[in-house]
Amino acid sequence: MAQKNSNELHTLIALVEDKPGVLTRVASMFRRRGFNIVSLAVGNSEQPGLSRMTFVVAGDDYTVGQVAKQLDKLIDVIEVSDITNERILARELALIKVKTTQATRGEIIQIVNLFRANIIDVSSESMVIEITGEEDKINALNDLLAPFGIIEMLRSGLVAMVRGQANGLANGHSNGQVNGNGHS
Amino acid sequence: MELTGAEIVCESLLKEGADVVFGLPGGAVLPLYGALSSYPGIRHILVRHEQAAAMAADGYSRATGKVGVCIATSGPGATNLVTGIASAQMDSVAMVAITGQVPRPAIGTDAFQETDVTGVTLPITKHNMLVMDVKDVAQAIHDAFHIARTGRPGPVLVDIPRDVLLGEKTEFIWPTETKLPGYKIPGEAPEDQVAAAAELINKAERPIIMSGHGVLISHAYGLMTEIAEKAQIPVITTLLGISSIPSDHELNLGMSGMHGMAYNNLAIDESDLIIGLGMRFDDRVTGRISAFAPNAKFIHVDIDASEVDKNIQTTVGMVGDLKAVLGQLLPKVEANQHIDWLRRIMELKAQHPSHLVRESDELLPQFVLQRLTEITQGRGIVVTGVGMHQMWAAQHCKFTEPNTFITSGGLGTMGFEVPAALGAQVGRPDTTVWSVAGDGGFQMTMCDIATAVESHADIKFAILNNNSLGLVHQLQELFFDKDYVASEYSANPDFVKLAEAYGIRGIRVTKKEEVADAVQQAMEAAGPVIVDFIVKEDEGLYPFIPSGQSVKEMLEEPAP
Repeated sequence: MAQKNSNELHTLIALVEDKPGVLTRVASMFRRRGFNIVSLAVGNSEQPGLSRMTFVVAGDDYTVGQVAKQLDKLIDVIEVSDITNERILARELALIKVKTTQATRGEIIQIVNLFRANIIDVSSESMVIEITGEEDKINALNDLLAPFGIIEMLRSGLVAMVRGQANGLANGHSNGQVNGNGHS
Repeated sequence: MELTGAEIVCESLLKEGADVVFGLPGGAVLPLYGALSSYPGIRHILVRHEQAAAMAADGYSRATGKVGVCIATSGPGATNLVTGIASAQMDSVAMVAITGQVPRPAIGTDAFQETDVTGVTLPITKHNMLVMDVKDVAQAIHDAFHIARTGRPGPVLVDIPRDVLLGEKTEFIWPTETKLPGYKIPGEAPEDQVAAAAELINKAERPIIMSGHGVLISHAYGLMTEIAEKAQIPVITTLLGISSIPSDHELNLGMSGMHGMAYNNLAIDESDLIIGLGMRFDDRVTGRISAFAPNAKFIHVDIDASEVDKNIQTTVGMVGDLKAVLGQLLPKVEANQHIDWLRRIMELKAQHPSHLVRESDELLPQFVLQRLTEITQGRGIVVTGVGMHQMWAAQHCKFTEPNTFITSGGLGTMGFEVPAALGAQVGRPDTTVWSVAGDGGFQMTMCDIATAVESHADIKFAILNNNSLGLVHQLQELFFDKDYVASEYSANPDFVKLAEAYGIRGIRVTKKEEVADAVQQAMEAAGPVIVDFIVKEDEGLYPFIPSGQSVKEMLEEPAP
């Protein structure tokens, strides 16, 4: 199919049953079909017994369309939606442990304040910074802190939600959502 | 009354209409066998190897349209099912596999005969489940059958620990509904898509219907044939779509693809509209995808959304149940003649007569199948293994009724011919089943001839014996400088004596003149018969589009 080399990022959300093995089924499907997960975040949803997953997937429209269809085919997956082109709120949490010295501490605190991030742990030679935001914001902070020496970084993976009253899935899900010819 | 988990499994099987199961007992699953003896309504067929249980369940399902059931114990019993389950998954066959598991406290401890079988079968089942509570057994079996038989059918494995089968008892309550909030079964297609498809069909000058396994699964063969007749659209069948339209129907062109009829591949090349019904444009059908049907638009109907626009880009792709969608489509399709197109195809057929068997004094395997099908008049069921004999059967055997050609397509599972024939015959006890085998595949599963004998199954094994792995041999001839490594057998058993060892009739055929008589004798004998056809050893399989190539590179049968 066309444009297989294109690698734009897509954000998919899925509502899945909260059962043992669901994450394995999802991960196994990605592996065996050669799809690439950039990030995956899972947690409880507003409905008991159901979890929400947010995927960031690299690929062209065809590949991501296949990802959505293959996800939807899993029995434990209730709904899937590609919300890349919707008006969405997308947030990620990162913890960054950075080296500090007497000389650099002040400058780092300034940068942290500029990003409205939080310092959640301080020791004589390091600091742990918590930041929440869109991917670009976290990347920017990371770039600014890099020269000081990053000891450890951990990112939660993106979680995303459609703006406004609509539930990203409940209204949108129909045959057309994942079955259509949208990648033509 | 309170029942054990094992008794609940049996009650549930009866509720689901499973009156035949194929299996082999062992420690972890033994409690289920203990209960089976109290349920005479469930016939258990004892196989000699668990892989036969899975493949027999497959053959049973395809021949009857019901869900095939197989049972195995934990560990090696369960892993022996794997090839049969994978085969059913690739060919969309409704199957429920029930496996015993080690007791709950032992799970995860590498206990004796412990295998994580839900993990092992995760990528080769439509769904699977490990049942950890006796109260969940009935719901699990109910859900498993529902998933297996609906939508795009497939195998579902239910793994039950020994102490769930035989421990705490509970009230048997048959669930009134499934608990599957994420499971959707497509029905009709949106009307605008149906209208768009009808418009394409009505405007097409050189349309072709490609009829796949979905047409059989959905019982859509009547509607498919009606549409073909109304608009005079020729029908090509995929390997698994064979028998979805009678062989002698004037619009049935037979199979296309890697070893399909040359004229069909050429017709596809000229077609302006391919209507793919319940098939998945797999690489054996298309060859190099960029060169497949270069002049055609595509309509594709499939019940599995992930198949539409997977391999080919459709103009109209519809997700739905074929019977429902063709019902929507039929009134919108206009009557047509397509005289020029049908004439053109007849011309291609005359120029490239790959459906004919050449004259020869030697015993050609194609000739055997041609005579066989003449004598059976296309009645009964043909089950094949995988390889040359399978392709020759697909090319030359004739069929009059749906679901009478049973073969391992997607996975290409050698050895399928023996157990799948058993399953088909058990499912259709009034029907003679011809198991068309190669000497290679036959030796993979021939231990289950014993099961056929015990079951008094009316199976006639026709071995097309070329003392080799014939298709491998031909690939080596064509593409590996005739380096015939590991493809020739120097010590095949005497299959006639083997038949005698099992107490059944064995017939050897070495000459053309003996074929008809041997087939007749086999049909007249009660129960299993082995006919060992010693065929020309180096006979090549043609036509042949090498893997990844197109119709332009098609090899036709060389002049003798």
